[in-house]
Amino acid sequence: MDFDLSEEQRLLKDSVEGLLKSAYDFESRKKYGAEPDGFSRAIWGKFAEQGLLGLPFSEADGGFGAGSVETMIVMEALGRALVLEPYLPTVILAGGFLRRAGSAEQKAAYLPGLIDGSKLFAFAQLEKSSRYDLGDVTTTAKPQGDGWVIDGDKTVVLNGDSADVLIVTARTKGGQRDRDGIGVFLVPADANGVSRKAYPTQDGLRAADISFNGVVVAADAAIGDPAQGLPLIERVVDEARAALCAEAVGAMEESLKTTVEYLKTRTQFGVPIASFQVLQHRAADMFVALEQARSMAMFAIMASDFEDAKERANAIAAAKVQVGRSLKFIGEQSIQLHGGIGVTMEAKIGHYFKRLTMIDRTFGDADYHLARVGEAGGVI
Amino acid sequence: MDLSFSKEELAFRDEVRAFFKEAVPAAMRQKMIEGRHPTKDEMVEWYRILNKKGWGVPHWPVQYGGTGWTSVQDYIFNEELQLAPAPQPLAFGVSMVGPVIYTFGNEAQKQRFLPRIANVDDWWCQGFSEPGAGSDLASLKTKAERRGDKYIVNGQKTWTTLAQYADWIFCLVRTDPTAKKQSGISFLLIDMKSKGISVRPIITIEGGHEVNEVFFDDVEVPVENLVGEENKGWDYAKFLLGNERTGIARVGMSKERIKRIKQMAGQVQADGRPVLDNPRFRDKLTAVEIELKALEMTQLRVVADEGKHGKGKPNPASSVLKIKGSEIQQATTELLMDVIGPYAAPYDIHGEDGSNEAMDWTAQVAPSYFNNRKVSIYGGSNEIQRNIICKAVLGL
Repeated sequence: MDFDLSEEQRLLKDSVEGLLKSAYDFESRKKYGAEPDGFSRAIWGKFAEQGLLGLPFSEADGGFGAGSVETMIVMEALGRALVLEPYLPTVILAGGFLRRAGSAEQKAAYLPGLIDGSKLFAFAQLEKSSRYDLGDVTTTAKPQGDGWVIDGDKTVVLNGDSADVLIVTARTKGGQRDRDGIGVFLVPADANGVSRKAYPTQDGLRAADISFNGVVVAADAAIGDPAQGLPLIERVVDEARAALCAEAVGAMEESLKTTVEYLKTRTQFGVPIASFQVLQHRAADMFVALEQARSMAMFAIMASDFEDAKERANAIAAAKVQVGRSLKFIGEQSIQLHGGIGVTMEAKIGHYFKRLTMIDRTFGDADYHLARVGEAGGVI
Repeated sequence: MDLSFSKEELAFRDEVRAFFKEAVPAAMRQKMIEGRHPTKDEMVEWYRILNKKGWGVPHWPVQYGGTGWTSVQDYIFNEELQLAPAPQPLAFGVSMVGPVIYTFGNEAQKQRFLPRIANVDDWWCQGFSEPGAGSDLASLKTKAERRGDKYIVNGQKTWTTLAQYADWIFCLVRTDPTAKKQSGISFLLIDMKSKGISVRPIITIEGGHEVNEVFFDDVEVPVENLVGEENKGWDYAKFLLGNERTGIARVGMSKERIKRIKQMAGQVQADGRPVLDNPRFRDKLTAVEIELKALEMTQLRVVADEGKHGKGKPNPASSVLKIKGSEIQQATTELLMDVIGPYAAPYDIHGEDGSNEAMDWTAQVAPSYFNNRKVSIYGGSNEIQRNIICKAVLGL
């Protein structure tokens, strides 16, 4: 039982926080968001230089062999600085598929570009009717010759517009909601038959609706077993959920800090509004919500290494519930305690609120996961 | 970062669990499960079983009979005790006055009182709150006037838990009426058999008798019963209250209650199916379970931190424990109310004579719910806890 970071982990934390402190204040973030990709390629390059993009990959694959705690450290820091760059879709999601199930050839073909920052990735999974059900897939991958033909429509693909490579879930057999018959495919974003409609998301990131019309890929495009991909998808998405919990903790921590500073500086009735007990107690409740979420984010990070799939899924679902509830309270109350300035585009607090709100809705919101944990018989 | 117990810690847990399985008297265990109160004799019997095992005062320094366990072992012991379930060591002696005596008391006091606390030869109660001094404890008025080698004590204490059983009371008394609030207070040990002490029961809303008023009318207390220095009592009280940080979350107790809720909700039928299968009930239950899991992790963070860095520098997360712990305890009693619905109504005066043994288990559900409103009030109300967070953590 030890919640402290190791010396190496502390160094990682210092270095990523140091980088973001010097290069990622709120004004810089606005500039990066206005760049053509909606984020800064230069910052992405710095992430690569610092080794952040190679963190979870084995040394044999050109990475650093770091574990889930290191991911937590990075995601918390990215959350604190409200980072726009596509770490989740590229390193956590695409990286997760390649790391967990990629063949030696697939790793050799894709990981060097991922780790050096030259190739960006996106996970094309969500469909108009799938909502939070990872096993609800209408996009099809039909065998053709040695390879596959992919048809279907994906929506809200994070980083879908900038990605060079798409990781696509597609049904190789069975009905829309069957657990069997789902495959995971690597598809170059510029393949014939891929069309993308890009847009900004509510929280300032970028996403795309992507259509696949008779997209032909080779047999080696499939990651893992093309008929039994769901357990792999669930595992990688669970890791992404745990990572999102950590990102949310970083964003909640910064929201609370910013709000507390505001309470101390804003004066009304001739005194700082921090002197009003009704506001003090709201802030105390936000702190309680933050610490409960932090505890469960740690639990989720620990659980992402569980080999038992059910235990892992249940623990991470429980964490997503706690984080979802905490982020809603902290996000909304941060705005409330800021008063009018909190609802302006100019103040940074609202941007934290928006990112937190979207994190809740990524890979299952609090209510969705609450039902899952209940069906699994609870966590106690 | 390693969030799992070590092999040694797991072995320790198994040892503690096996001992409790064997050693907790069955009748008392059943009372605990049903939320009834064990009698004084049952509790004393249990405390002596613990003390005989060498676990009467586990977290005390070894020279006074402690075990030398790590913070994690302390945690495991408490958790298993609550899961057993069995009464925790009597807080007033073991967690409150004991540590004050071995930290600030003189040698004679240590020798006289500490072994008797460990064996519950003396039952202690706490004389802090007064009718006019609740959250604002330092405004207490009970006064002790020095006359020769005695103090003469006059005043009133209230909310005195289990004073009806007590042999001794430790009191905060005003020894210097001219000093400002906190500085004129002393810490006195008073024999409950002293002439001039009277105890009047306070019956709480569920009908139980846990708390009392204690009156002092020209009570003579030998000067040797002063702990530490005169007028330094507030410092000792702060020390005492600070010792209670991690135990207060009652994670093990709430886990045990969740088990009971699931068991009951699986049996009790509503609309042709077990209550447990009602999605609205299950969502409520699951939400409480998740809060409890989070609290358990928060508690472990504090425990691990104390183990590594000592108890001197409190982890900011520790102030969460009281607020969330009490809210969750209350939520579990609410859930049991939801399980039994209209059958909560029959009233059972839960006497100590065992005459209610035949009552249905539902008889304790509503009393437990009513009684548990106390947990967000005692030990520093949850509003006071928020003040502490604001001051100590947020700098507000």
